[in-house]
Amino acid sequence: MIPQEFEYAAPATLQAALELLADPGARPLAGGMSLVPLMKLRLAAPEKLVDLRLISSLKSIRREGAFLHIGAMVTHYELESAPLIRQECPLLAAAAAAIGDVQIRNSGTIGGSVAHADPAADYPAALLALEARVQLTGPTGEREMTFEDFVLDTFTTALEPGELVTAIVVPIEAPGTGVHYQKHPQPASGFPMVGVAVRVRRENGLISFARVGVTGLSGKGYRARAVEERLIGGAASDVEIKEAASVVAAGVEASADIHASAVYRAQLARVATVRAIRASLPHAH
Amino acid sequence: MSTVTTETPTYVGKRIKRKEDPRMITGTATYLDDIKLPNMHFAAIVRSPYAAARVDRIDAAAALALPGVVAVFTGADLDDVGNVPCGVTLPGLRIPPHAILAQGRVYFAGHPVAVVVANDPYRARDAAELVEVDYTPQPGIADPEKALEPGAPAVHPEWPDNVAFVHKQENGDVDIAFAEAEVIVKQRMLQPRVVANPMEARGAIGDYRSAEGTLTLHSSTQIPHLLRSIAAAVLGVPEHKMRVIAPEVGGGFGCKADVYAEELLVCFLSRKLGKPVKWVEGRREHFQATSQGRGHVDYYELAAKKDGTILGIKLKIIQDIGSHQQLTTPLIPTLSVLMLPGLYRCKTFRAEVVGAFTNCFPTDAYRGAGRPEATYGIERIVDCLAVELAMDAAEIRLKNFIEPQEFPFATGTGLIYDSGNYAATLGIALDTVGYAALREEQRAARAAGRLMGIGIATYGEICGFGPSPYTPAGGWESATVRIEPSGQVTVHTGISPHGQGEETTFAQIAADELGVSMDDVVIVHGDTAIVQYGIGTFGSRGTAVGGTAMFLAIEELKKKIMKYGAMLLETEDVQWVAGRVVCNKTGASVTVAQIAAASYRALKLPPGSEPGLVATSFWEPANFTFPFGAHIVVTDVDPDTGDVKITRYVAVDDCGKIINPLIVAGQIHGGIAQGIGQALYEQMVYDENGQILSGEFTDYVMPKAANIPFIESHHTETPSPVNPLGVKGVGEAGAIGAPPAIVNSVVDALSHLGIRHLDMPLTPEKVWTAIQGSRA
Amino acid sequence: MKHPITVTVNGNKHTAEVEPRRLLIHFLRDTLFLTGPHSGCETSLCGACTVALDGLAVKSCAVFAVQCDGRDIVTIEGIANKGSLHSVQQCFWEEHGLQCGFCTPGMIMASRQLIERNPDPTDTEIRHALEGNLCRCTGYQHIVTAVRAAAALERK
Repeated sequence: MIPQEFEYAAPATLQAALELLADPGARPLAGGMSLVPLMKLRLAAPEKLVDLRLISSLKSIRREGAFLHIGAMVTHYELESAPLIRQECPLLAAAAAAIGDVQIRNSGTIGGSVAHADPAADYPAALLALEARVQLTGPTGEREMTFEDFVLDTFTTALEPGELVTAIVVPIEAPGTGVHYQKHPQPASGFPMVGVAVRVRRENGLISFARVGVTGLSGKGYRARAVEERLIGGAASDVEIKEAASVVAAGVEASADIHASAVYRAQLARVATVRAIRASLPHAH
Repeated sequence: MSTVTTETPTYVGKRIKRKEDPRMITGTATYLDDIKLPNMHFAAIVRSPYAAARVDRIDAAAALALPGVVAVFTGADLDDVGNVPCGVTLPGLRIPPHAILAQGRVYFAGHPVAVVVANDPYRARDAAELVEVDYTPQPGIADPEKALEPGAPAVHPEWPDNVAFVHKQENGDVDIAFAEAEVIVKQRMLQPRVVANPMEARGAIGDYRSAEGTLTLHSSTQIPHLLRSIAAAVLGVPEHKMRVIAPEVGGGFGCKADVYAEELLVCFLSRKLGKPVKWVEGRREHFQATSQGRGHVDYYELAAKKDGTILGIKLKIIQDIGSHQQLTTPLIPTLSVLMLPGLYRCKTFRAEVVGAFTNCFPTDAYRGAGRPEATYGIERIVDCLAVELAMDAAEIRLKNFIEPQEFPFATGTGLIYDSGNYAATLGIALDTVGYAALREEQRAARAAGRLMGIGIATYGEICGFGPSPYTPAGGWESATVRIEPSGQVTVHTGISPHGQGEETTFAQIAADELGVSMDDVVIVHGDTAIVQYGIGTFGSRGTAVGGTAMFLAIEELKKKIMKYGAMLLETEDVQWVAGRVVCNKTGASVTVAQIAAASYRALKLPPGSEPGLVATSFWEPANFTFPFGAHIVVTDVDPDTGDVKITRYVAVDDCGKIINPLIVAGQIHGGIAQGIGQALYEQMVYDENGQILSGEFTDYVMPKAANIPFIESHHTETPSPVNPLGVKGVGEAGAIGAPPAIVNSVVDALSHLGIRHLDMPLTPEKVWTAIQGSRA
Repeated sequence: MKHPITVTVNGNKHTAEVEPRRLLIHFLRDTLFLTGPHSGCETSLCGACTVALDGLAVKSCAVFAVQCDGRDIVTIEGIANKGSLHSVQQCFWEEHGLQCGFCTPGMIMASRQLIERNPDPTDTEIRHALEGNLCRCTGYQHIVTAVRAAAALERK
């Protein structure tokens, strides 16, 4: 219930934060919605917390050509409610709106969530379907990679020591893209037991574009390329949707816990995929 | 017996907002953790991570070295304190000694092994993490049925069969009934452990003053006086030098009607250290070390005729006792036996309860305490019978109900049901839900491949605990009513409400009876130094027993008031009219306030009367009361995920006379929510050894607002003849009616697939797996 | 090492030295003696600790006091206006939206946030908005009624 002692700093600039994070015992503090509960359970005990809340450059949301550049410290509530996000990247807004509860969304940030790499977080399904990119800034400068490459394993990312997630980059959704995020929440914690995000487009009545991102099913989120391939070029009839969805969990080692066995979790993944595809189709043309 | 005498009540029966609320909605109520005493220190408990282990070594040196830490105690230090008590006597009952800190062995995950006291709660927690404990883990057992099998690990080495007690009861000739039966249905049913989880977990502050030898225990409790008597005995403090104060209590549901190691521990610590010591239960500790509910493995058999008449009932209950006996642990399943026949007239039964020790914290009272378990069982097995006979679920119940003219009705289990009209509540429920149309809709839904279910549960309840011979510590209740010189009224009640609203409902009753304004009545409870001995709040007894005690004290006062009124009006020809004594001839009158002033000033006293206007009543009920009702639940089951959606919930409940419909509705909604929790969401999960797997809100599923449907709540009012208020009690009814109504509904939704029974909680995976299995 | 912080709480400025690990809820309850926010769990799920931080409903058990330096906090004790109850408080009272009262401060703070953002919420929206607040007593029905009534009052 009570965290261990730690030192604290709240730098005003990104540069100052990076200098503080050069100390191997230092960890960044974003919204705290993942880190603080872990510290209270004493499962995490950083010696020093570097609070990022005063760094205004991390709070911006802006258009950059065909993309939206979202600062790491933007909160889930800001993403669910900002007109720019709701219009230009509705799938991200939907995933943000599905997170936790109102209080958590008011505090939690996209950068914090992405850096934490919880296998049962909501964003990964959407970020994979969006082919999002992650911007990292560290002592040696800035670099960028796909979200897919960024998350390596459960709670493990490509972050180097002293490096911060500074922005998430998502595409501005082309008109005529149907999107949907279908979540089956774990009834106690609210985390997705399974979450599936879908983006589809149609041309001449056939699926011309499909992206399917899955979270919660296993140790790390993934793009269900097998589902995408089966959808593309088809008419997306009920039978075709079910057939495409049937392979969403193929070859994936599904997690198991007291809330869902591996078998049931895989079933939820298939159902969520069907429902996400069905729900996104009406807006796909 | 006379009923409430006021002709046109101003308050009773009305929807009146509560007197409790202003402090709660402004955040100024004082709960246990809000209490700050001078020099108060803080206890943090070191608990065993193992469910069964030997404690080999405890080293507190690192903990003691932390600044602010004043002491660390272990089981070796308990020289002047006894064991956590069990208040139940049953033939052959095995009561393992239960010290307040482990004595060389631990028996459940979370068993307290050591306690740290520091001047700051953060430091206390830091120090607790530094206490080194070496354990030798042993095999443990969590499943009560498996615990009774030969070869299971012995929870207590002296009792290798893990039997805590055996209780048998029977009536009539069961063997003949079963031999003559035209149909017999059998079903094994699980009622897993659930955790009370009031939003305020437990907490206690011990404050011992050595110069006076007095001990004050602040505790988030439902039973302040009983706690005082018991704790005084265990601690060796003279009872008259001990005071228990229940502050604002944030929910209890039965788990705070108990006596716990930690309550005794803070007293022990305060006495040892000469400072007040506070312990506040963390939520994880609540899962580890607070008594839990249910924990049944039931084997039901029902014998019947082809026309649906029930001839006999056999029941074996394996009750998960846990590692020790808490205050009323073994009593609870015996209450299930009392309620075994439900609302049905069959008196022929044989029941056996076997209590099984397990390496989990003990079970004890939880909303309904034995009666939800019994109702669940009988309502499920009756539904199984209905399916077997292809008979309608409502029809089979109506066939077997006790009828209104049969009351008072002596059951085969030794109870006397006071009053009831079971067909009426079921009839209203059927009409409200539109039963015939629903069955039509179900036929169409089934044809279209939809899984729609209609579930009925009719329940009876033992409430208004109760006649003292049948309670462990007395079942009467007390009240002192003081009319002050100003005419304002103070009531000291021995009950101990924690959300039930008696500060309001008792004021309604008292104000009506005395013809005063509700604003002029205050209800005081919870402090043993102020309130005369009382029993407390549990078993839906607050208004039925406590309210009656207050009513009778007021009746006493009214007799005295009449004498004073006659004296002041100088005539015997007077009557009571709404707060005044009125001279019938002239219409001259005096108010209660004027009489009060006169009685305290005592310029003149009526012959044989004393000054003052104070009366105390201790009321012993001659019987329990028996609320009843019918719940109908309509569900939709998603065949692809197993998710259960409640599309309609109709509850018709009879709690006797309704004092405040707002409060009654709240009790029904809250009870139903806990019943929904038990049926669909909640279970305490241990691994096979007793390791806790669902020990926080991240894993134990508490119903949220979106999980509870809109409840259509209706009432009939069949007054209880047991008490002058006509009240039966309502605190537990919802939790009793909901689980069987919901499970019956879901089984009904799947019955055409050949599914006859599913165990609670009906998680989506369980339901989906059953559907898959039926299609295989 | 303690940190100096200055926080405005219910309109009053407070300066204090706090350990970085001191949670906001304990700072409010034990340093400022505002015991309205309650601790009901250890996993930031129950919401009994909900306060408003710069106008946003947050769980004060998951925030460090040091994160609140220079910021504005409102607790249940601060939402009435000069002795006049906030409409959410008033309606919880009228509609019996509480029994034991322990979840109530957090429930009211979350309800207040909902009405600020959604002046005419449906029952479904109300229940969804209260996902972060557990109640064990009421079964939520009277809470929903109270929030709907408060929203109507605020719209007047």
